[in-house]
Amino acid sequence: MAVSNPTPTEYIQHHLQNLTFGLHPEHGWSMAHSAEQAAEMGFWAIHLDTMGWSIALGVLFLFVFRKAAKAASTGVPGGLQNFVELMVEFVDNSVKETFHGKSKLIAPLSLTIFCWIFLMNLMDLVPVDVLPMLAQKIAVLFGADPAHVYFKVVPTTDVNATLGMSLSVFALMIFYAIRSKGLSGFIGELTLHPFNTPNNKLVQALLIPVNFLLEVVTLLARPISLALRLFGNMYAGELIFILIALLGLWQLPLHFPWAVFHILIVVLQAFIFMMLTIVYMSLAIEEH
Amino acid sequence: MNLNLTLIGQAIAFAVFVWFCMKYVWPPVMQALQERQKKIADGLDAASRANRDLEVAQEQANETLRESKEQAAEILEQAHKRSNQMIEEARDNARQEGERMIANARTEIEQEVNRAKEELRAQVSRLAIEGAERILESSIDEAKHRELVDKLAAEL
Repeated sequence: MAVSNPTPTEYIQHHLQNLTFGLHPEHGWSMAHSAEQAAEMGFWAIHLDTMGWSIALGVLFLFVFRKAAKAASTGVPGGLQNFVELMVEFVDNSVKETFHGKSKLIAPLSLTIFCWIFLMNLMDLVPVDVLPMLAQKIAVLFGADPAHVYFKVVPTTDVNATLGMSLSVFALMIFYAIRSKGLSGFIGELTLHPFNTPNNKLVQALLIPVNFLLEVVTLLARPISLALRLFGNMYAGELIFILIALLGLWQLPLHFPWAVFHILIVVLQAFIFMMLTIVYMSLAIEEH
Repeated sequence: MNLNLTLIGQAIAFAVFVWFCMKYVWPPVMQALQERQKKIADGLDAASRANRDLEVAQEQANETLRESKEQAAEILEQAHKRSNQMIEEARDNARQEGERMIANARTEIEQEVNRAKEELRAQVSRLAIEGAERILESSIDEAKHRELVDKLAAEL
């Protein structure tokens, strides 16, 4: 347990707090010792656990796939190569079915999204106390107060991580839209739809603000929904794991079914993120 | 749940991973996949081609076999014909030879008979002369002699 004798609320709050390093108004650049301190840091703070785990998992993904790619031969494929080729073909087919433009970026982007998010989600299946306790033990060796060592293992339960990815996807969406339709085409799409009166220029001009409002909301809803969907699913799953962990002995029969069910969510959310990215990209390059 | 620098850090990490994947992971795997696809297609192609070749070769072999069988039958027939002819010829030759030999023997026999006849005639005439001499030596009895001579003449 995180604190020597925590109440359930303290336990849950402790589990949901990131390990934060940032610019505190009073202490300068330092580790946050409590949720309040972390909140006071505002924007100039970084979640070390989220960054560490996500980068480690991304590197793991790239390491494994790079290894397979380097060894890729046209002969009979081995186990690892088989797996990697399976993933690549699966992603490639998904992209080809949905995205009809020509782009060298979309397929690797989708593969990275799928595998990376899958691995990050998968961290949810590690029992909730194992890695935080390990982190505490290590931190105590360096003289830290165990109560202040926060450690959140699943990067996708941090809204910063999911928003970081979805905003990158959003930037790519806008880039592709402008590249395929031109700046004027992109602006026209934002202002001349959905209300369109080609015969009356005055009404058309009056409708521009209305159209713009509607289209901008539609456009902005995409990255935000993309990020919040993944975040919400994983956060809720994590929270239920924490609640189950609070039950004492009763957690044993409950953990397993929830973990089994969660496997579905882990894969499904990674797949949904990938598919929606592809769909948004194809929407960006296609004329309405 | 506060938004902070992590968002930007995550975006940068994401961009780097995607770049790495696009540069170093995707192309070799795709290339391997495409090459294998091509290799398999080539293999299937070659297999069907080989099958076709095999069929053609088998047909040719059958054709050759049929032709050679026909030739063999022809040769056999010719040989039969030739042997029959030879036997026929040999038989003809033998018959002719035999006939010739029989004819030769016959003429020889005839000659022999004729010669014997000549000899006999000569002897008869000598005997007649001798008899005549003897008769002439003793006496000539016309009646008796005539009878004798007639008898001799009848003997010839």
